[in-house]
Amino acid sequence: MKTKSRRLGKNTKNDLITYGIVIAAFVVAEVMQATGSMSSLLRGLLVPLCMYSILAVSLNLTVGVLGELSLGHAGFMCIGAYASSIFSVCTRETITEVWIRFPLAILVGGIFAAIFGFLIGIPVLRLKGDYLAIVTLAFGEIIKNILGSVYVGYDANGVYVSLESESSLAMGADGTLLINGPLGLSDVPLDANFIIATVLLLLTLFVVLNFMNSRSGRAVMSIRDNRIAAESVGINITKYKLIAFTLSAFFAGIAGVLYSHNLGYLAAKSSNFGYNQSIMILVFVVLGGIGKMRGSVIAACILTALPELLRELNDYRMLIYAIALIIMMIATASPKANAFWEAHSLKKFISAKKENKPAKEVQ
Amino acid sequence: MALLEATNLSISFGGLKAVDNFNIKIEKGQLYGLIGPNGAGKTTIFNLLTGVYKPTEGQATLDGTVITGKKTIDINKAGVARTFQNIRLFKQMSVLDNVKVGLHNHYKYSTIEGILKLPSYFKKEKEMDEKAMSLLKVFDLDGEADYLSSNLPYGKQRKLEIARALATNPKLLLLDEPAAGMNPHETAELMDTIRFVRDEFDMTILLIEHDMRLVAGICEELTVLNFGQVLCQGETSQVLNNPQVITAYLGE
Amino acid sequence: MLSLCLGCRKLTFISNLISGISLGGIYAVIALGYTMVYGIAKMLNFAHGDVIMVGSYVVFMLTTKAGVNPYLALVISMVACTLLGMTIERFAYKPLRGASPLAVLITAIGVSYFLQNAAMHLFGTQAKNFTSIINFEPISLAGGQIVISDETVVTIAVSVVIMIALTLFVNKTKPGRAMLAVSEDRGAAQLMGINVNGTIALTFAIGSALAAVAGVLLCSTYPLLSSTTGAMPGIKAFVAAVLGGIGSIPGAMIGGLVIGVIEILGRSYISSQMADAIVFAVLIVVLLVKPTGILGKKYVEKV
Repeated sequence: MKTKSRRLGKNTKNDLITYGIVIAAFVVAEVMQATGSMSSLLRGLLVPLCMYSILAVSLNLTVGVLGELSLGHAGFMCIGAYASSIFSVCTRETITEVWIRFPLAILVGGIFAAIFGFLIGIPVLRLKGDYLAIVTLAFGEIIKNILGSVYVGYDANGVYVSLESESSLAMGADGTLLINGPLGLSDVPLDANFIIATVLLLLTLFVVLNFMNSRSGRAVMSIRDNRIAAESVGINITKYKLIAFTLSAFFAGIAGVLYSHNLGYLAAKSSNFGYNQSIMILVFVVLGGIGKMRGSVIAACILTALPELLRELNDYRMLIYAIALIIMMIATASPKANAFWEAHSLKKFISAKKENKPAKEVQ
Repeated sequence: MALLEATNLSISFGGLKAVDNFNIKIEKGQLYGLIGPNGAGKTTIFNLLTGVYKPTEGQATLDGTVITGKKTIDINKAGVARTFQNIRLFKQMSVLDNVKVGLHNHYKYSTIEGILKLPSYFKKEKEMDEKAMSLLKVFDLDGEADYLSSNLPYGKQRKLEIARALATNPKLLLLDEPAAGMNPHETAELMDTIRFVRDEFDMTILLIEHDMRLVAGICEELTVLNFGQVLCQGETSQVLNNPQVITAYLGE
Repeated sequence: MLSLCLGCRKLTFISNLISGISLGGIYAVIALGYTMVYGIAKMLNFAHGDVIMVGSYVVFMLTTKAGVNPYLALVISMVACTLLGMTIERFAYKPLRGASPLAVLITAIGVSYFLQNAAMHLFGTQAKNFTSIINFEPISLAGGQIVISDETVVTIAVSVVIMIALTLFVNKTKPGRAMLAVSEDRGAAQLMGINVNGTIALTFAIGSALAAVAGVLLCSTYPLLSSTTGAMPGIKAFVAAVLGGIGSIPGAMIGGLVIGVIEILGRSYISSQMADAIVFAVLIVVLLVKPTGILGKKYVEKV
């Protein structure tokens, strides 16, 4: 009986440390802001840091927990950004209170991304490995491509959509242009701030970590570890794959909401919603540790902040970043390096001690 | 009525009849052995009985309901659980969690309840932990509950697979070479465990095995398979003394 | 009048089809590099597209700055890319042999970033105007109604030659068969005495040399050269390789041609902004019908 309560406690403790780190970082940042010791550069990074952390945690749910390589995560972010921004722009006059409008916008963004995650997941999750990866990339690119060139407007008679040009919408004189093709939405309310972003990050972590410790989370991980065995013990593969993928898309959508409501405008381009962005998020996940949510947050923050803080190095920063990426991968993932760390690590010593513990308790 | 009854079960892969006209009747509570040389089609029969393959002909019934042609998960829900010849554990999950995945369909709470950690979550998780630990105890694995399942020694991994299968609360347990890779001491221990499982859980067990000591020691009835066809069927002692069986195993 | 118009439409369609085949030929040559490396090293070499860009820059610099004969420049570029490919393999990928595929993928992404940024430093951020190295009279057909540019002719010819040569190499020569063996089962190949590391290095060398050729063909037809020139064609070629069934050489050819034709036809008849989306949509549809691509082997997991 002792073993059980201790085990449940261990997970909870680990999760609490993660929340604690986020809250501590938040407090430090707030104090720095209050005392004026934070550069404007870093201040501008606060919301993006939370946004990238949310993206990394949500992608880790697909890559680390579900065990499928997705290269289209930025697509779900794109959907969340567009859906919420349209909502915010349209309701700006009717819902004047930000504290009502923005949470609604967050929900709209998350839910729309989740719906697309679900719909795309149905066909995509039947594929395996690299095929799944390239198809998610394809979906991401299609989403970016369509939203990056669509013109949407409305007048008294209804909503108009065109892929050609503004004039081809043929709206009435009272018509309002909502999405201006490649120029997107120009006037998104600046509703996002660091506090809300931190709360959203904590919420993401809360949901994802609790999910992992739950019955459904175990089902998802069992599929990752051995699909055939999972099926043989009665796990519904499709259902749990879809749940994880949809949840992952939901939070990517929320990150998209933060993105547009922090910038004040929105236009889908290769640089913000293209496959390069998806890959960037994947880098956070892999460097932070597959399936390790705390690692994702830390990696996202370091790798987002580092190039910005290295601005003094000017154009060389991306070059240094690239080299650092290669060296880090070789140093952490190559079989030789693994053998080296295994032989020389302090962790081994500590974990050896730890592993003895439960055995003793039971005896 | 027999618990498991297969009639004329056949499957062919590209013209090759891997299993041809397979018939079997297993009564409730029986310990039944399926033996035969390598490549005789034994694992294929397990795959047919668990929905991995669909038979080209024939059918199998569990407690009178047809299970062949159903999906693997529905067959499991109907009451068939199995282990695998090449061990298939959830390697990155703890020993305890492996068993808890097996309990998935018997202790339910929704995804939302789990995410929000509602009281039902704690209640069901506690019940699952208790049930899983009691299963692990049967296999003397309770001391390793927190270990990563891939860190267990080979023999214990095989036992964990049986524990996980039992967690799904089956009527029929299929064991695919449970003693493979075990030393004689471990095998003897495993024989006791299998017998214990049968008695304690009132289980019906069908097992594939090459270790004749195990087969002779615990199986009440045997079916011998050779080139996909039934060579001989009946009580263990009779089957093992059948000259045809000896030929199939030792050659002319 | 009507028939004449239908006639012109037909002719435009034919000339679009020809440029599609030409672009498809380029994709096929790039995809061959992708698919060979995938088949043998079991990795997605995301940096492959950037080798194309490097190859094009080498030719550009040699011809414009040093006045080297364009064909000589192409040969030098092929050698340079071969060396580059082998260097990348030796220092970035070889240490990770046996590591998780994700780690290798991230490393390849790192290499891609590195090449793009290094090119930006060396050659500047300003896009260069690549002068075609192919210079002879375009071919006129149907009384001048269809004009096939010299680039198109050469591209199609070169890609066909490369495909035939590569197929012969892989199937008829000893190192080629070693490649097949390594792609089938690396462990078994090693036990049979095949130099696996050497074979993988050779694969990278061939793939990179092909990338140099592809780069020159690409930039001769689409002359804007910048540090990200190779990225999108690289991705599309990868799509082509997957579409044809990744790991399969004829698959890469078919996939490349299909993607090229669809892209050009999509651009001309549906929407120029949507051309990429159409290409990706075709990939999705094909994979949903045939999950391992047109010529991909069906993989059955043994229980």
